[in-house]
Amino acid sequence: MSDATSSRPPPRDARPVEWRALAIQIAIALAILWLGWQAIGNVAENMRARNIPSNFDFLSATAGFDLNQSLIAYSATSTYGRAFLVGLLNTLAVAAIGIFFATIIGFAVGVARLSQNWMAAKLATIYVEVIRNTPLLLQLFFWYTAVLAPLPGPRQSISLPALGLRMPDPQAGMAAITAFALASFVLLSVRNQIKGSAIKAAGYAISALFMILMIVAILFGPRVAGFGNAVGILDIRDGAYVFLNNRGLFLPFPSLGEAAIWLPAIILASAIGATGFSFWAKSQREEKGRILPVFWISMLILIVPAALTIWAAGSSVTIDYPQLRGFNLAGGVRVYPEFFALVLGLSLYTASFIAEIVRAGILSVAKGQSEAALALGLRRPTILKLVIIPQAMRVVIPPLTNQYLNLTKNSSLAVFIGFPDLVQIFVGTVLNQTGAMIQIISITMAVYLVISLLTSLAMNFYNNKMALSER
Amino acid sequence: MGATSSTGPTSPSQPSFVRSAMTADRSPPVPTSGPLAWLRDNLFPGPMSAVATILGLLFLLWVIPPLARFLFLDAIWSADNGDACRAPEAGACWAYVRQKFGFFMYGSYPREDVWRVNLTLVAGAVLTLWMLWPDARGRGGAALAFFTVYPVLAFGILTGSPPFPIGWLPSSPEGQIAWMVLIVALFATASTLFYLNRYTGWAIAIFGFIAWSELGSWWSSLELPLVGTHLWGGIFVSLLVATVGIVFSLPLGIALALGRRSQMPVLRFLSVMLIEFVRGVPLITVLVMANTMLPLFVPDSWSPDRLLRPLIGVALFSAVYMAEVVRGGLQSVPKGQYEGAMSLGLSWWQMTRLVVLPQALVTVIPGIVNSFIALFKDTTLVAIVGIFDFLKAVDTGRLDPVWAGPKISTTGYVFAAIFYFIFCFGMSRYSMMMERRHSAGRSR
Amino acid sequence: MRTSILSNAIAGAVCALMLSAPGAFAQGQPAKSPTLDKIQKAGTLNCGVNPGLAGFSMPDDKGLWLGIDVDLCRAVAAAIFNDPTKVKFIPMTAKDRFTALQTGEIDILARNGTWTMQRETELGLLFTATNYYDGQGFMVRKKLNVTSALELSQASICVQQGTTTELNLADFFRANNMKYEVIAFATSNEAVKAYDSGRCDAFTTDASGLYAERVKLANANDHVVLSEIISKEPLGPAVRQGDDIWFNIVKWAHFAMVNAEELGVNKGNADEQAKSIKPDVRRLLGVENEFGKFLGLSNDWAMRIIKHVGNYGESFERNIGAGSRLRIDRGVNKLWNKGGIMYAPPIR
Repeated sequence: MSDATSSRPPPRDARPVEWRALAIQIAIALAILWLGWQAIGNVAENMRARNIPSNFDFLSATAGFDLNQSLIAYSATSTYGRAFLVGLLNTLAVAAIGIFFATIIGFAVGVARLSQNWMAAKLATIYVEVIRNTPLLLQLFFWYTAVLAPLPGPRQSISLPALGLRMPDPQAGMAAITAFALASFVLLSVRNQIKGSAIKAAGYAISALFMILMIVAILFGPRVAGFGNAVGILDIRDGAYVFLNNRGLFLPFPSLGEAAIWLPAIILASAIGATGFSFWAKSQREEKGRILPVFWISMLILIVPAALTIWAAGSSVTIDYPQLRGFNLAGGVRVYPEFFALVLGLSLYTASFIAEIVRAGILSVAKGQSEAALALGLRRPTILKLVIIPQAMRVVIPPLTNQYLNLTKNSSLAVFIGFPDLVQIFVGTVLNQTGAMIQIISITMAVYLVISLLTSLAMNFYNNKMALSER
Repeated sequence: MGATSSTGPTSPSQPSFVRSAMTADRSPPVPTSGPLAWLRDNLFPGPMSAVATILGLLFLLWVIPPLARFLFLDAIWSADNGDACRAPEAGACWAYVRQKFGFFMYGSYPREDVWRVNLTLVAGAVLTLWMLWPDARGRGGAALAFFTVYPVLAFGILTGSPPFPIGWLPSSPEGQIAWMVLIVALFATASTLFYLNRYTGWAIAIFGFIAWSELGSWWSSLELPLVGTHLWGGIFVSLLVATVGIVFSLPLGIALALGRRSQMPVLRFLSVMLIEFVRGVPLITVLVMANTMLPLFVPDSWSPDRLLRPLIGVALFSAVYMAEVVRGGLQSVPKGQYEGAMSLGLSWWQMTRLVVLPQALVTVIPGIVNSFIALFKDTTLVAIVGIFDFLKAVDTGRLDPVWAGPKISTTGYVFAAIFYFIFCFGMSRYSMMMERRHSAGRSR
Repeated sequence: MRTSILSNAIAGAVCALMLSAPGAFAQGQPAKSPTLDKIQKAGTLNCGVNPGLAGFSMPDDKGLWLGIDVDLCRAVAAAIFNDPTKVKFIPMTAKDRFTALQTGEIDILARNGTWTMQRETELGLLFTATNYYDGQGFMVRKKLNVTSALELSQASICVQQGTTTELNLADFFRANNMKYEVIAFATSNEAVKAYDSGRCDAFTTDASGLYAERVKLANANDHVVLSEIISKEPLGPAVRQGDDIWFNIVKWAHFAMVNAEELGVNKGNADEQAKSIKPDVRRLLGVENEFGKFLGLSNDWAMRIIKHVGNYGESFERNIGAGSRLRIDRGVNKLWNKGGIMYAPPIR
């Protein structure tokens, strides 16, 4: 036996292979280390030779250039570090708002592509094909031109009579709006709970009346003298307070006075409350089968306390109206055309990809599911909402995450249309002025990496929640 | 039963629950075919749908007439300068595109030498079509040529320098070219080895190398004028960036995907790091980094060519996206295939090359094509580092005082949009066709 | 590195031999310029230019570069090779122009760069001369009825980012305690597009650029360039430090063109002028003395420049002046004896 074993060639056990693998890995690691070492040496040498700064001192130096759109206070005397923060916040703002709209448009178009309506399906298809197959940069150029071209200069602003509403007494105004909102929300939220058709009809009638009043006020308000007084809340005068021109959209903005201290805390508390409520409602549904109007009640929780706070703060609330001063309008809050074009371009571009993802997701849900739902007597919108989309989401989320990340990264194209995002400010102007290329490019890349990682984490969390819990 | 029902309704003996009067004739069924039926079923099936249809129609009416006026009716088709196009009522200025077409196409490439560009483009197009044509014979050969011989020859034809590196110091002006040749050579060897089995591969690679060095000396005797990359521009450079991205990103992506699924922790770690790092940052920053930092990483005299830098950036960027696509394909290969290959005694290399990759790649062809589309669109960004790609050429053409005017840039952009759309749409249709063929094969 | 030491040694030996040769000047011998050596060996001059600024450097339909900066590089190439086409024009973005010069990728940076102290002291460059005296100005619409930049309070202003222009703008408004809104674009091209679409009240860049851009607007007469100049912008070619001979070559290529204009030597009459009896002209055209030698060039270096490229005035007229579509007035760029400040030291 032992002879037989020894005469056989030794079994090919794993060891030689492991040794080889180890050797290969060590060789690769050494090669990488060596290359890295060489590169670092070269970088040090080259930086010395070219007087390139190698520290981060530049971040506290005075920037000396101006920026137009900033979420935090910034002027030419601020530091480069502050300019970086401005860019970062602008990038985050564009990404967040872009993601929001891209998701909505993407889902709508994705559903429309599968619509029975030939026109809707074809238009959605054309939209997806055209947008997906042309470069984003070209589209941004187009939107920036398309947004600016039809708009007049600041002195010929389109004043939207639309919102030519003025609140002479913010306290009374807020109270009235709160009351209206409360009434409509309550009616809308209970309409499905109530059996009596008379009450239901009354609910519809009151909300419809509210809507009609608003629309009439918006469309004809300024032209109907004394209309505001008739309504009793909104004083409508000739002259507008919302302006649209090629410098942007100017809106009145409340300056909150005393309420400013409380409002953020209250909104946060309401948000927590609304989230808590939706969890509770879910448990109610799963345990007791009670279906609550989660959306409407959450909206109520979100809006009413904030409105009441403003009401309580009373006279300290004033509203800042945009006015023509010199070349431009000043005051109020302003949406810049660059920002608008960037968000529009990014949302529409990303939405075309999201639409395809959503379409694939919906098609991935077995046909039997919707047939069964139809057999149960559910209506089409309900089927979409309760049966198809929840199942489709499992397929949709991973590629959707990628699209969100792409949108965030693509926001760096802002540099081409003059929106001051992180790349435009930091890799553009600051890099030019300080020459600290290694530091600046490293910081910028690190920021995008962190954003990517955080987004991935958040989406993974959501994905795990949505994933099929296997029994 | 039949007898009862046939008796007249007036019969007094009829039980009271039997209907005593004939029901009225039903109207004929609504036609289910014909244009009207089609309209009803597809455009006006319900009130909401009807509203959508009408809104869609209004939208088309709003968009199409001005578009048609701008593009065709009011367009200026021929003119010697921009005067006619500057008129306020003028539409698209196609005359400008005609005049500048050479610049859009070739950038500053010397006009007497553009046949070299054309030759390269045509050869590339023929090889690509051959390689991608589903039923063509010898597709593998075309692919091999496209990934090995073609880059070498294209390089020689376009630059006019012998595509062989020996005899050049990296610090000489030709050193830049040597850089590129070195990369192409390594790459061609690796591709040859990859496509063919080991011994044939080595033999062909060595033979190719010898033939290649002979080619080098023959090439010098051709005495093609040198055309430096600083003269390259226009559509030609856009296609070049895309082609280099495609040619290099696929093998690199496969290597990275294999690395990511490798058993060796060091290899896996490095691949994951590279993939996740590059995927996490925007292409613009990769390009800026390649442009400004790459020269810092190498000794002064080795500083890579200005066109080569964004090419490296683009190839790296698309390679990591390709790696993720290929990884998806690798994961879709059933475990049994791996086990079967191993039980046959194949080495890892043989298993990967002969069993796993052929299946994995076929599965992900649509994904690969989609990455190519993304890559092709992304080539517009190389303008940020001063490369005269197509879009940049359009943008620079606008500056010419002879033509400059408000309609010029719009016309240029429309022209660019049509160009990109044709290419990308074509690719996406191809990918869908392949997907259908593939799924048809699966569903049998 | 080693090759250059070696070649320096060889060059030194050659020089030593020449020193002993009869007829050499007593005060020295033509030293060697590594940059010139490299260029002569390669057969081309690498010149970094603006990718598209009408009048300064811009490719035409055929991709041939034209402009006043381009002419300067062609002049240097003509002086070295007697062939103005032996130049490689490398388009540079504002971002990497200085790095490219520092790394030796380009030999001359003729990209309408402003001569500033920081660029010479910190970045290690040397500006050789000013080939265009410029200053930053504003362009506005006529219908705004603005006559002075001081009336631009609250205005929106379009600008190209990453240049001194952006900083001068901030300084100007800070100094005058005025508020404004800046919209900065990656390229000047996009900034003008935005101004043209009405997004901005004013567009600011160097005055030459303003005139160049004005020509291209939908209706040039609707726009006016304000008379205020808010900064000094001496534009000129730059070289890297450490090669004084190369610095001299580029500097004197420009001065030769200016001197030629002053002396009335131009493309057409250069051959004829060589027979002139005027000592200034004879020295310029290399008939007398050996000025070329100390630049490491042939003695007719300036003759070659003038024959191939022309004098400064010709280059100006052809590219930005009356002979071009830009029609910019020469203004301060007139010769010093014609009321301008363009002044070249004498060749003697």
